[in-house]
Amino acid sequence: MEELLQVNGLRKTFQLTAKQQKLEKTKEKVKVAVDGLSFTAYKGEVFGLLGPNGAGKTTTLRMLATLIKPDAGDAILDGASIVSQPEQVRSKIGFLTSELKLEDFFTPNYQFDFFSRLYGVDPDTIEKRKKVLFERFGIDRFAEVKVGNLSTGMKQKVSLVISLVHDPDVVIFDEPTNGLDVLTAKVVTDFLLDLKSQGKTIIVSTHIFSLIEKICDRVGIVIAGKMVTCDTLENICAGKPLEDRFFEIYEEKVGKIDE
Amino acid sequence: MNNVMTIIKKELSRFFGDRRLVFTTVLMPGLMIYLMYSLLGQRMVQEMSTAEDYVTKAYVVNLPKEIREGTAESPVEWKDWDGNPDDVDRVFHELEEGEIDLVVCFPENFMTDAAAYEIGSGAAPQVEIYYNSAKSNSYTSYDSLRDYLDRFEESMVNKYDVNVGEETGSLGTYDQAPKNGAVGKMLAGLLPMLIMTFIFSGVQGVAPESIAGEKERGTMATLLVTPVKRGALAFGKVISLSIIALMSGISSFLGTILSMPKMMGDQVDFDMSAYGYSNYALLFFVIISTVLVLVSVISIISAMANSVKEATTMMAPFMIIVMITSLLPMIGVKFGGAFASLIPLFNSVKVMGGIFEFKTDVTAAFMTIGVNLAVTCLLVGVLTKMFSSEKVMFSK
Repeated sequence: MEELLQVNGLRKTFQLTAKQQKLEKTKEKVKVAVDGLSFTAYKGEVFGLLGPNGAGKTTTLRMLATLIKPDAGDAILDGASIVSQPEQVRSKIGFLTSELKLEDFFTPNYQFDFFSRLYGVDPDTIEKRKKVLFERFGIDRFAEVKVGNLSTGMKQKVSLVISLVHDPDVVIFDEPTNGLDVLTAKVVTDFLLDLKSQGKTIIVSTHIFSLIEKICDRVGIVIAGKMVTCDTLENICAGKPLEDRFFEIYEEKVGKIDE
Repeated sequence: MNNVMTIIKKELSRFFGDRRLVFTTVLMPGLMIYLMYSLLGQRMVQEMSTAEDYVTKAYVVNLPKEIREGTAESPVEWKDWDGNPDDVDRVFHELEEGEIDLVVCFPENFMTDAAAYEIGSGAAPQVEIYYNSAKSNSYTSYDSLRDYLDRFEESMVNKYDVNVGEETGSLGTYDQAPKNGAVGKMLAGLLPMLIMTFIFSGVQGVAPESIAGEKERGTMATLLVTPVKRGALAFGKVISLSIIALMSGISSFLGTILSMPKMMGDQVDFDMSAYGYSNYALLFFVIISTVLVLVSVISIISAMANSVKEATTMMAPFMIIVMITSLLPMIGVKFGGAFASLIPLFNSVKVMGGIFEFKTDVTAAFMTIGVNLAVTCLLVGVLTKMFSSEKVMFSK
């Protein structure tokens, strides 16, 4: 299989303010968010990062999307380094996270055109792609409604569509179904499977076991910034439900949950 | 370059798509200034013409014939009063109520005693003028009469004359200032400060929203995840904000210029076309370069802030610096030489002052434009670095 993303020893630390130290009940001035994380994603597969809140999944994806820089390590995405070639990396990926918002003032139609132009998509392709994606997500009926007036689910769909304006080969989604109603979550999950069938490489982070089981080929379990296991879903589960295996691994590495 | 244009178009679409924002940022400042200054000017002219036409009503005791004749042209309605102590309460009540404006008491034989008086030979004859400063007519009448009596006193001991026949503010025989010179000097003190204030207000209205606001709402991160270069983003923001700020500044400037004739009334004969096309062109380019500097600085301040509110607060010290810089020429601070052209903002105020005073220094103007553009490039570089910094863009 062709390697599309090699992540090598990514490390990220954050300085804690006095307020954050108090909140986290620690005297440490530095928090290690990601600690030497490595994994590989292959072309056409769905790779899932699974872990509890604060494990470092989002930080890892933010580094892969070049929003933040790693303190150490690097990742090569389709031949481009996230450290030295961030613009090339950004042009190859579609990134979706709840942190990224769209201007309430503009309509989905305007936003699609605007972001398409930033990605250098030619005008003919913009129109064709917009038609397909808007119809697929039912945005066409709301194309001229300001984003601020859309429902939360519709906003999420518009954000998802905007992240794919340039038809990227690598799609990185952080908690893609978080906060969505069941119907919208299903639309998103089905779309991810569609992207997979189109041969796109998908990296998702989530703590929802059912989502991982439904769409992922391989899974990396991240705990306290470290990759504790990375393998195919079958190998990790070893015939057990993923949820059970996850807690076994968690207790093996961290200790009893009630401790 | 395509991305810069895309960013500019988006920023302008955001601005022009919001009618309320267009009204408050572009139309309202000019309209408000025009209305405010026009009303103020009309009121001042009205006050002055009222004061000129007003007939002073005064009770007078022992009014000398010479003074009665001397005040015949200035409208004073003298009411002779014998100073009867029984009438004192009534007379002063009328003064208090504004029914009369003055009560003037000359001593008996005033003219003889005044003519005979020699300096240092004891107490001079006293004229008593009672007035009511709470009533504007009474106070104005008091001022006029006092001024007349001072001039009358000078005429009694007339040893020499100075500029006989000259009217105050007239040009020609005695005043050798060039035509428009006096008005130009006044405008040079006033307009650069107003222009800087207008531009600053325009920038202040839009820059925090465009940068700190985008950070606050999370829309900046969406832009940063696209392959657009940070420099293109910074440049696009600065150019679009400059266009908006310039429109706001032009609106305020037009409001000021159009209301100027109403402010000045008939007192000053001045035509703004006296400056000529070349001066206006130079002024335009100096203003544009100044807008770029102001927008760049405010953009940097906005990028440091996490919210629009924080950006507005952080801007206060810079606003004070801009205001003080704008006031320096007005309060007569001279800082000449080529070195002055190297100080951003001060250089603009100085060049603008020179243009309005009809003392255009073309070299200084070009140096100012050059320095301002260089400083803008430097500041856009800083803004680019800030857009690339996760600590700046994602700090909470």
